[in-house]
Amino acid sequence: MRTIGDMDDGAPVGRRVFLGLAAFGVSGILWGSRAAGLMERLLAPVSVKDGSGLLGLLPTGRFRIYSVIGTLPSRAPADWHLTVDGLADAPFTIGWDDLLAMPAVELTKDFQCVTGWRVPQVKWKGVRLADVVARARPQAAATAVEIESFDGVYTETLTLDQARRDDVIVAYQMEGKAISAAHGGPVRLYVAPMYGYKSLKWLQRITLVARPERGYWEEQGYDVDAWIGRSNGRSDQPV
Amino acid sequence: MAAPLLERFDRTERFLHWANATLVGVLVATGACLYWGDLASLVGRRALLKEIHVIAGLALPVPFLLSLPGRRGRALRRDLGALNRFSPDDFRWLRSRGRDATVRLGKFNPGQKLNSAFVAAALVTMLATGSVLKFFGPFPLSWRTGATFVHDWTALALGLAITGHILLAVGDPDALRGMAFGRVPAAWARRKRPRWYETVAVADPGDDVSGEPVGTATPAP
Repeated sequence: MRTIGDMDDGAPVGRRVFLGLAAFGVSGILWGSRAAGLMERLLAPVSVKDGSGLLGLLPTGRFRIYSVIGTLPSRAPADWHLTVDGLADAPFTIGWDDLLAMPAVELTKDFQCVTGWRVPQVKWKGVRLADVVARARPQAAATAVEIESFDGVYTETLTLDQARRDDVIVAYQMEGKAISAAHGGPVRLYVAPMYGYKSLKWLQRITLVARPERGYWEEQGYDVDAWIGRSNGRSDQPV
Repeated sequence: MAAPLLERFDRTERFLHWANATLVGVLVATGACLYWGDLASLVGRRALLKEIHVIAGLALPVPFLLSLPGRRGRALRRDLGALNRFSPDDFRWLRSRGRDATVRLGKFNPGQKLNSAFVAAALVTMLATGSVLKFFGPFPLSWRTGATFVHDWTALALGLAITGHILLAVGDPDALRGMAFGRVPAAWARRKRPRWYETVAVADPGDDVSGEPVGTATPAP
């Protein structure tokens, strides 16, 4: 007989708490997607004004770091170069200082990932991709750009019309600071109206082509034209 | 003469606690390096970190499955029973937020009981959502979004619970020694866990009438 103390008597609360919480947590796989959207809408206006940075510690409205190779590629600005070539009359290679000497634009817009997370109102600074492409003087046959990362694996494509939009930039600053290696620095693409995978990280080469190969994520089954809210079977708010 | 000691956790229970703590420690460390951009930039080596994180996560059930069955798991199963049951004193303790001095507690205080239920549920949740994130192939994209959301928030809550757990343990060295070496001073037990103290103090093999030790008291080796 073991009936002393709290061994066998008392209400079986512990098991109920465990089962209830576990069921709540695991079922979140099904309802979490909607809860995430709700949470980001609720917290976005607050976190934009939050000066303490405390809200930045919460797992909402923040970047998840993805990389397609085993390590985080990194390159110092001094060692960084961008080559633009292919079907171009004036192919060129420029360095960090040359890029910063080009007309700068600033853009404050959301970053939406195809896996669901969204970072509200990210401040970007860079050069319009249109200006970079124009500098190489594309030939009439060119219809698209193939874009390459210095990680050696990650590639993306845009049509020339997409590349010439005002909200597509070659970015070298994020939130007023140099872009870290984790975020694709020193220089990355930011394609505002499309899902994050189009915003290629660790940019090093842009090639003008007549018919583009599929990019890295497109090979994995994601849409080539990755308009936010109108592709990949998703219905997010457009940016 | 050394102060008398009472056996609180047997070898199996301590193995389970520290094996689980090690796995969770590895998961927290690798998870933090994968999650925070600044840390990620500093550490790099993402493929390796991810591999370790996944292996440690999938290994989470192993210590439990090794500890629970058979004779080996007897004390553990009995303590799980104690963690499950909330006595009227426990409810008074909760209502007074631990301040009611007339409350007489059993082997665990209600905070420990709630913490164990929460941590167990959180680990099940992390394992389930982590598996969806790792093996996302067959699932709809919205599951991956949901699993990401739950994995992140549960990690935050679990981190807070673990921090509290460690701070409380460090603040009570006798209790900490109980989990480290298995035994606690009898005076500690009488003061902090009087109901449990009564059950083990009478469990001296010499005058145990039922023939079966009660509590987790076993003769000191």
